[in-house]
Amino acid sequence: MRDFHYKRAKSMEDATRSISGDPTAKMLAGGTTLIDLMKLYVERPDFIVDINPLGKISSDLVAIAPLAHGGLRIGSLVRNSDLAWNDLVKRDYPVLSEALLAGASGQIRNMATVGGNLLQRTRCEYFRDTSMGCNKREPGSGCSALDGFNRMHAILGTSEKCIAANPSDMSVALVALDAQVRVRSSAGAERTIPLVDFHLLPGEHPERESVLHHDELITAVDLPAIPFARRSHYIKVRDRSSYAFALASAAVALDLRDGMIHDARVAMGGVGTKPWRSHVAEKALIGLRASDDAWRAAAEAALHGAKPHRYNKFKIELAKRTLVKTLSEVAAM
Amino acid sequence: MATNESGSVGKPMNRVDGRLKVTGAARYAADWPIDGLTYGVIVQSTIGSGRVASIDVSRASKARGVIGVLTHKNAQKLPDKGRAAVNPPAGRVLTLLQDGEVHYNGQPIAVVVADTFEHATDAATMVAVTYEKGTLAADFDAAFPSAYPLPEKPAEPGRNTRGHYVRGDVDAGLASADVRIDQTYTTPKENHNPMEPHAAIASWEGGQLTVYDTTQYVYGARDTVAKTFGMKPEDVHIISPFVGGGFGCKGSTWSHVLLAAMASQSFKRPVKIVLTRRQMFGPVGGRPQTHQRITLGAKSDGTLTAIRHVTTSHTSFIEDFLEPSGIVTRMLYAVPNLESTHRLLKLNVGTPTYQRAPGEATGTFSVEVAMDELAEKLHMDPLALRLKNYAETDPDTGRPFSSKALKECYRVGAELFGWSKRKAQAGTMRDGKAMVGYGLATATYPTYRSPATVRARMEMNGSDVRAVVQTASQDLGTGTYTIMTQIAADALGLKPSQVRFELGDSHFPKSPVSGGSMSAASTGSAVHVACTALRQQVLALAANDPSSPMHGIVATDIGVSEGRLITRSDSPATETYAEVLARQPGKAVEATESSAPGEETKQFAMHAFGAVFAEARIDSDTRTIRIPRLVGAYGVGRVLNAKLAHSQMISGMVWGVSQALREETEVDPRNGRYVNADLAEYRVPVNADIHDLDVIFVDEDDPHINPIGAKGIGEIGITGVAGAIANAIYNATGVRVRHLPIRLDDLL
Repeated sequence: MRDFHYKRAKSMEDATRSISGDPTAKMLAGGTTLIDLMKLYVERPDFIVDINPLGKISSDLVAIAPLAHGGLRIGSLVRNSDLAWNDLVKRDYPVLSEALLAGASGQIRNMATVGGNLLQRTRCEYFRDTSMGCNKREPGSGCSALDGFNRMHAILGTSEKCIAANPSDMSVALVALDAQVRVRSSAGAERTIPLVDFHLLPGEHPERESVLHHDELITAVDLPAIPFARRSHYIKVRDRSSYAFALASAAVALDLRDGMIHDARVAMGGVGTKPWRSHVAEKALIGLRASDDAWRAAAEAALHGAKPHRYNKFKIELAKRTLVKTLSEVAAM
Repeated sequence: MATNESGSVGKPMNRVDGRLKVTGAARYAADWPIDGLTYGVIVQSTIGSGRVASIDVSRASKARGVIGVLTHKNAQKLPDKGRAAVNPPAGRVLTLLQDGEVHYNGQPIAVVVADTFEHATDAATMVAVTYEKGTLAADFDAAFPSAYPLPEKPAEPGRNTRGHYVRGDVDAGLASADVRIDQTYTTPKENHNPMEPHAAIASWEGGQLTVYDTTQYVYGARDTVAKTFGMKPEDVHIISPFVGGGFGCKGSTWSHVLLAAMASQSFKRPVKIVLTRRQMFGPVGGRPQTHQRITLGAKSDGTLTAIRHVTTSHTSFIEDFLEPSGIVTRMLYAVPNLESTHRLLKLNVGTPTYQRAPGEATGTFSVEVAMDELAEKLHMDPLALRLKNYAETDPDTGRPFSSKALKECYRVGAELFGWSKRKAQAGTMRDGKAMVGYGLATATYPTYRSPATVRARMEMNGSDVRAVVQTASQDLGTGTYTIMTQIAADALGLKPSQVRFELGDSHFPKSPVSGGSMSAASTGSAVHVACTALRQQVLALAANDPSSPMHGIVATDIGVSEGRLITRSDSPATETYAEVLARQPGKAVEATESSAPGEETKQFAMHAFGAVFAEARIDSDTRTIRIPRLVGAYGVGRVLNAKLAHSQMISGMVWGVSQALREETEVDPRNGRYVNADLAEYRVPVNADIHDLDVIFVDEDDPHINPIGAKGIGEIGITGVAGAIANAIYNATGVRVRHLPIRLDDLL
């Protein structure tokens, strides 16, 4: 690993100002992505600002608290394990708890934070191997995955520059739940970004992964009140029973009354270049009677336009089946 | 070896080294605290074929903490260009910076030595290399037309290891068949990935070299290092008391060991090289990819008339290494007409090597799936088909088996598993959303044995005695320390706690490689012989000593229990080993004895057998595959330690699940790069993937095989498992998958 400067942040201002002066600087939260990629020389920061001390200064950063008008505010330094086992989350947003527990391993979840997980980087093997071309890691060096081993890669939201899948399970549940990302800049300015707009499609610039500015700190994620989200579920299909990234996953909440679908939330993982909210699947469902035909129609809509490559053609059918299974299980809840 | 009811052999004794391991006191190769230790990091090529055109170490050399950088420009010239120890397959063709040629992507091209691992790692990234690229062959399918027959070598006694083998007339056999199967089965490249990566610390003192290594073959490491440097073997000292898993990849001494010794010599300080997980893919071998075409012919009653098995596997451009998948076919069934051929093709990859049950693991997949296909075509139960073609004598050599309990394995395994509940029609068993299927396959592995020598000493230990038993064997985590302690204790008439067994040091007498499932049979026999000799020496001392109560009693009439001598007659005379030794000058007695295979290898065919039964459950929506249970019934001769043997077998079965459903090394055909070279992307099972594993050892008394009556159990556990699982998946779904690993992709 390269030598780097390290600083423990004293305040949010200190953290954001420290980082703003150095374009290579990175904030360190759980470190489960950053340290891993530094060992691989994929991330090469000269300066690390450790924001973990901020949890002691600003308890909001490590709190999970109900919002005044319903919903939940989740501090960005809340650990994935704490969020997954939180009683309010388990009761009101079971899909989020299940998605978190489907991710990584117990040890990693104990370290990983909500803010860090939103910025989790892809597991594309070519991104992680500095001897291979990768437009995300080194713009202009070409995408090795296009004609390489791409079984794990995305089929939705890809471009000619990049087909890397977003690996997060948590983000799939959060994007289904209309999460809002609260951020704060070095100037102290705060803004709220809908999670659905937070991640960028690779397009011509796969190196740009989110709309977060370099000097911005994620402070919290807000979940709006969605009463029917108590009827929600996450299914993840993977190569082994734990500690594997999704081949396909689905996060679903359904508002069912008398067998009719009044509202729906649908997002998918393992298939998109970003956490994949499927408004088209939701539109296809609303107004229909809960039935296999409805699930199938939603799955067809969700995967419409999917673009597979050599080794991931199976993902189209798998994603459809995963979504159908999740929808039918939620309806049966 | 007579069964001793009061003895310790066979008992489920805990590992004698268990406490050392759980407390962290067991010293593995990388753990040794050495004064002035420095850290070597290997720089690897990033092309698959060609040569290093330029290598600039100026920046790396000036980096913080760096002591030196070894490249082909400044490395010492070794005898015979570093190939003096090459005598495959024991000594491997290594890449030791003797030239700038690049044969595979990831080949060592430099070693950076620094004061810390971190400094060496960082400096290694600063070595600037340019290449002249050569022609690349990294795609198995594209290289397939270039496959060539394996160069012939003489058959080994008792086992036909020739690449090409024929008996009878296969074409005539196929022509006389009522039913034929002709299919191709493939298995992928795999990498071993023991928990402990390869590691070596090399330290010179004058002309003497000490290497702390993690090896399956202490004497092999010693000889490889000595020959490579042109030294006398006794000037090389290998120390390897603990090995954190080997599975074949530590059976050969690979380049990093020699590179550590070269760097240590060049920079005049001890050098430690520990491979990273990524570096475990390529430079230290792996199971080669295989393509196996199998043709079976049978009469309508199931009698096999012919088998043709043509195996093509890959090797590197620097050495021929074969995965002998077709050898098992020669002895599995009583078929008069058989052809088993092996071919190789060259790829720009690291030379492959032995991986648990090399040949049998891949061969029992293909043949046993082919047999399942044949059974279906014949409308026969797969178990009945196997019994129909049961080989009572070895079809390869014509010799009787020293013992063979396979029929009993089939019977006991089928009963415990509930084989009779299997529905022959594929895709008809359901349990809710799960498609359910049953499959079986035969497991087998030959029983090998090599000469071994053991030194046993009885000495005073306070007022008691202890036996110190030494040989340069290895314990790969399998329990060698424990079973040797048990064998020694029984032979000497001591409690296991009175025995200290030592291994892993080239200053001890020679034991063979811990490979081919032969440590128990080879070293165990020598421990038995040496400890028996030691006991007789001590008893003779007592019998010949006028001051002993045993004086005048024939030594063979004296028995020993927990260190106390008693006569087999009614005489009340008794004393203890301690009392005998106390009267001896030096108060110690020593015996060194060897044991080696003999005439039995020419008289008998010697193999362990088993039957594996698998249940597969496939989610009808997502096609996720689960193996809720595996039953394996095995005949392995004498079980030396019931607990360790059970662990060995279930570990093999777990790897079988992994082979069937998980593992595949991806090599990029564009540049030979190992793509999924970490344990997140190279998938092995997690605990949640493994459910019920039932192991049964059927009674098998083998008086011929070796003095301890034990067949090896290191490898048989993996054999047959992938075949049984593939057959169960077919039975569940009706989808016949003829490649490994089988993943949900194949069933959608």
